[in-house]
Amino acid sequence: MTNKELKLKSVFLRKSLLKYIYKAKAGHTGGSLSCVDTLNVLYNRVLNVDPNDFRNPNRDRYIQSKGHCVEALFVTLADRGFFPMSDLETLCQYKSHYIGHPTKKVNGVEQNTGALGHGLPICVGEAIAAKLDDKDYRVFTLLGDGELPEGSNWEAFLSAAHYKLDNLYAILDYNKQQITGDNSEVMNTDSVREKLQSFGWAVKEVDGHNLEELEEALNSGPLEKGKPNFIIAHTIKGKGISYMERNLKWHHGVPSPEQYELALSELNEAVAQI
Amino acid sequence: MELDKIEEKDLKMGEANQVVFSETMQALAETDKDIIAVTSDSRGSGKLVPFGQQFPKQIVEVGIAEQNLVGVAAGLASAGKKTFAVSPACFLSARALEQIKNDICYSDNPVTLVGISSGVSYGALGTTHHSLHDYAVLRAINNITIVAPADNFETEQAVRLAAKHDKPIYMRFGKKAMPFLNEENKTFEFGKGRVVREGEDLAIIACGETVYPAWTAAKKLEDEHGIKTTVVSMHTIKPLDVKLLEALAQNGRPIITVEEHMVNGGLGEACASHLFQNGYKNPFKIMGIPDEYTVTGSQVEIFDHYGISKEGIYEEGKKLVKI
Repeated sequence: MTNKELKLKSVFLRKSLLKYIYKAKAGHTGGSLSCVDTLNVLYNRVLNVDPNDFRNPNRDRYIQSKGHCVEALFVTLADRGFFPMSDLETLCQYKSHYIGHPTKKVNGVEQNTGALGHGLPICVGEAIAAKLDDKDYRVFTLLGDGELPEGSNWEAFLSAAHYKLDNLYAILDYNKQQITGDNSEVMNTDSVREKLQSFGWAVKEVDGHNLEELEEALNSGPLEKGKPNFIIAHTIKGKGISYMERNLKWHHGVPSPEQYELALSELNEAVAQI
Repeated sequence: MELDKIEEKDLKMGEANQVVFSETMQALAETDKDIIAVTSDSRGSGKLVPFGQQFPKQIVEVGIAEQNLVGVAAGLASAGKKTFAVSPACFLSARALEQIKNDICYSDNPVTLVGISSGVSYGALGTTHHSLHDYAVLRAINNITIVAPADNFETEQAVRLAAKHDKPIYMRFGKKAMPFLNEENKTFEFGKGRVVREGEDLAIIACGETVYPAWTAAKKLEDEHGIKTTVVSMHTIKPLDVKLLEALAQNGRPIITVEEHMVNGGLGEACASHLFQNGYKNPFKIMGIPDEYTVTGSQVEIFDHYGISKEGIYEEGKKLVKI
């Protein structure tokens, strides 16, 4: 896949997640749009996973700690062949496996997440197991900035550094907003780079909507041997839809028919410019 | 030997169940490198220091961080490790409850959660260190087996079975040396109660470290009043052995349950709920710790205070049989 095709895929994934949020009349729209580029790069450039042999013990692991942005994950998995995209017609419907958070009933999902602050500790366990078994798979998680205050994350930050888990990558979807307002107002998490460095992590900051930068950060091996990797992906909540960008209303807003059409036309315009 | 002929002096004294837990872990690790203990600065109280010395690569220390303990254990189990997450029962089942609910039970990661120094084992250290809620909160969570072995035999069997089990388990152990309660019966499986004494006048259903006082009370009831009493070690609180429970209730005899747990939501209420919903109206008493600030004392003193003792259970037995 060329870089241009990868960029086109990001737009397609945005269109798809909006389509199913619009149909389900539910979803975490703003956050899904902020992290979908990371998911695109992970599943199409980084992760060693096979949709037809997902439980292969040597696979790379991806656990989405910010589980509420499941729509971005589901469309990425479907596009990668883990299940037919049309399955998402049932998103959030009675008896559907496609619920509002990741569930292992869906092919490609590692762990049931949704309660915040859970992904990283599980990743630490997986990464320790890889070291114990001398396996070279890598373990990735996506953290939301709103979940950083969860104490369990900081317990896990300590243990990942203690065990020198350079096979572990925590990616922060750093859009700097959460349901109530800006992170800085709700609970200040400024100086996250310095905080993580002082916890013994190697830190790299990237533009979380620049696919090449993301790929380079995630695919170049450990940032520093013997240290877990913390990738700060600077992102924009609602990225790609002008009226949603940085507008908190779209944390879990669902577009009206007119808004949906407008969003599609903006995304079509984005395709034309790639 | 027939169960009802055994004298108290015939009971062979063993070790604390949590000592047997660690010895069994060591025995298992000898031949299985996938056995992993995860500890939260708890290897001393979990008696796992020798395990850690012998198998340094099979013990993962997370420090005093119970949420991380359970999350890390989930990840290890997901990667194929036979994982035992070991921490004082009070912290494990409360501080890390959301991790147990989501990362272990809901995500179906086959971790064995081991609550050490459970119930009121910590005695005068007080309520912060007591686990009198663990059966109740875990009974309300789907996809977990809850086990409280009574003696060293049940402990060893439970740990060996847990290593082969592919589903989440919570088991709890105390610090006190326990006697072997039924050396005749060498069968053990989760979900099947173990009869340690037999008699048709009364049934006492107990679990964990309360089975022994239940046994001594049954002996006294028979010696002093000829009341023949069945005593069951209902080591698996969930799933409950409802077949055995109904068999005990069939002849209408009174039933007493005894547990080192608050009377709310534990073994007793599980038994009562099943019996009442299935038409049984046996005289019934739940013995445990009442819903109040727990009295200060050692485990034995707390047990005595609330009647979880030879004398206390004996008195309840007399009342229910109407002597």
